[in-house]
Amino acid sequence: MTDYPLSSSPARTGRILRRLLAATAVAGMLAASPALAQDAAIDADAVIRIGSLYEPQNLDNTAGAGQGISEAFNGNVYEALFQLTDSGDVVENLATGYEISEDGLTYTITLQPGVTFHSGDPLTSADVKFSIERVTAETSQSSRRNSLANIESIETPDDETVVITLATRSISLPYNLSYVWIVNDAATELTANADGTGPYRLDAWRRGSSLSLTPFENYWGEAPSNGGVVFQYFTDATALNNALLTNAVDIITAVQSPDSLAQFLDNPDFTVTEGQSTTKLLLAYNDRIEPFNNVTVRKALARAVNDEQLLQSIWGEYGTLIGSFVPPTDPWYVDLVDVDAYDPESARELLAEAGYPDGFSFTIDTPNYDPHPIVAQFLQNALAEVGVTVDINIITANEWYTKIYQAQDFEATLQEHVNHRDIVFYGNPNFYWGYDNPDVTRLIQEAEQSATVEEQTEKLAEANRIIAEDAASNWLYLYPQIVVSTASVSGYPINGLNSQFYAYDIEKRAE
Amino acid sequence: MLFVLLRLLPGDPASALISVGADASQIEAAREAVGSNLPLAQQFVRFVSDLARFDLGNSFVSRVPVLDEISARLTITIPLTLFAFLLSIVIAVPLGIIAAVRADRWYGAAISTVSQLGIAIPVFWVGILLVSAFAINLRLFPSGGFPLRGWADAGEALRALALPVLTIAIVMSASLLRYVRAATQDVLGSDYLRTARALGASFPEALIRHGIRNGSVPVISILGIELATTFLGAVVVERVFALPGLGSMLLLGIEQRDYPNVQGVLFISTLFVLLVGFAADLVQRLVDPRLRDRMGGRP
Repeated sequence: MTDYPLSSSPARTGRILRRLLAATAVAGMLAASPALAQDAAIDADAVIRIGSLYEPQNLDNTAGAGQGISEAFNGNVYEALFQLTDSGDVVENLATGYEISEDGLTYTITLQPGVTFHSGDPLTSADVKFSIERVTAETSQSSRRNSLANIESIETPDDETVVITLATRSISLPYNLSYVWIVNDAATELTANADGTGPYRLDAWRRGSSLSLTPFENYWGEAPSNGGVVFQYFTDATALNNALLTNAVDIITAVQSPDSLAQFLDNPDFTVTEGQSTTKLLLAYNDRIEPFNNVTVRKALARAVNDEQLLQSIWGEYGTLIGSFVPPTDPWYVDLVDVDAYDPESARELLAEAGYPDGFSFTIDTPNYDPHPIVAQFLQNALAEVGVTVDINIITANEWYTKIYQAQDFEATLQEHVNHRDIVFYGNPNFYWGYDNPDVTRLIQEAEQSATVEEQTEKLAEANRIIAEDAASNWLYLYPQIVVSTASVSGYPINGLNSQFYAYDIEKRAE
Repeated sequence: MLFVLLRLLPGDPASALISVGADASQIEAAREAVGSNLPLAQQFVRFVSDLARFDLGNSFVSRVPVLDEISARLTITIPLTLFAFLLSIVIAVPLGIIAAVRADRWYGAAISTVSQLGIAIPVFWVGILLVSAFAINLRLFPSGGFPLRGWADAGEALRALALPVLTIAIVMSASLLRYVRAATQDVLGSDYLRTARALGASFPEALIRHGIRNGSVPVISILGIELATTFLGAVVVERVFALPGLGSMLLLGIEQRDYPNVQGVLFISTLFVLLVGFAADLVQRLVDPRLRDRMGGRP
């Protein structure tokens, strides 16, 4: 048996480290802001009001609850065996350690002792087994179900030990388990209730309006730095901004409208923080069909678009350029911005070389919400410069799922992909964009079978390079992750990876 | 009708449940969960038979009974509608009468002009103006949202409703005022008012004793229509003020293709409109004995 401690320190040290990281990042980014004045006392009983546009559809992440539930519940109400920190590391949480067998197929995980659920039941290995099987079940709507499909069996030799046996090696198992909420196996009706082990328990949910969490008295770890949190939900970004302006909320988790930032930027009452998001905006071609099955055509289109100008015109000085699908917070990030950089002259040459000297025309199925329609128009103009005609077909989010995702009936589409570590989609030839390069498929499969993280990282970085050279899709830019708060609160997560928003370290100064 | 129109929309309700990364079996499971894998005819039979038992089904997305969610949201939409309705009567009736009686004075004309303006501006614009004035600048009322505890927190709930109510009342009273003014003008030119004056009643006395009762008959039927319109118009106002009422439920339901929710809201709204129409008829008959006689079948 080989011991692979993920981090030599327990989860608590991880939290302190995270707090330090968050603090330095905020301080570094906000040199002009007086937000971090140390003199005012922290009010440990203050309830933090968080404004968000992402209300969960229900309270169960295996029942299609949407990204809002990750924001409200991950790490707050429910904990997992491992936790993905705001900086992108995987640390132990309800697991205190684990051992991997020589063949890499058996994981023996030890549980944190003395943990109780909000209902008072103790955490046992049976709860862990129940929780993992909830995600892998036939009826599960979890987007993570596939990544756990290679689990062959889960055994519970005693209350503190869980033994997971895999069909094939899976270096990402701890990472994948960070999405699996540990739920009390006696809990029912999880679409409307919650029973987790997190620092907060669910207090009330007023559908369409707000969801409140109160500190859990018997939490096994460090108590939250605040007296609870209330998520206030809005459907209209302006209404949300007004709420922050009028002190009805303390924080906006993710500002989506660049225009609204101005009113907070020049105001000392507010703090604007930019973190690293994982949301990538891309023009995805249907790589199965003419002319997009031709690498030269895709490279030409990549060179025809001035991503920098596009990002500038939408987000001003915010956001990041990317040369492939991998954001800087993924361990296998490589700077590939220079691959097929903007060069309309060579774009025209490549098109001629590919047999399209007079260009061609295609339709971009464009989701009807910001920023997609504007981006589609930008692309229309950019591609017209190299002789390619773009028709814009506006569709709803719902049509996107049925027409593009399910039926794969499209030429090209715009979409934002929000997840961390989602390069694996390029290793699946059946995915909606139909990119099929056997080398990439093999590398992505082999990466998962790696014995070490280094090997995995090396293989995925290689796959990343090939995808970029193949111009598999046209990656336009990485969204900024912008959090705006009143100046009296601090300690919130700045990257919000995978829509998570850990609330326990948020502090509010007494006024 | 409702059922057919909704199904004509492109898109599968199951897609609200799935996310990028879902595989074929998960999509099938989602379709099964919401019943969109069944033939349309079968879905329809299921819908009608449930409706007959007043069972509006469960939401596709949140999985809670539609009726539960509607009743929770009605605790916002009904007070919002009623307060706005009462306030607009309080504003419109006296002002409308003044505008008619004093049409020759400057303030009579001013009231008429302002009301014309009130009809012309869209309700969301009024809402935005009020938010910017009373919430952002003066900090008198919240800019939106509703307290978590709802009416258990009555003071906060009332404050949350203040601006939305005012928004609807301003727009509603503008059109109502014009009807009141027209009805009053009719009354002013009538024989019975002249007779009453001739019999020695002072002008206000004659107007109050005879005028209002006669003038109110057409106004009541308009009130019925206005009340129903307000109820439906709450969609826009609830969005501007982030209120978790019936209107926002309808919008969200349409976006997510949550057919049970949309059908449920429309069903309840239709019921409400019918009830209001019926109530308006009843009140009219109470006020005007002539209508009562006709209804009783007497000659």
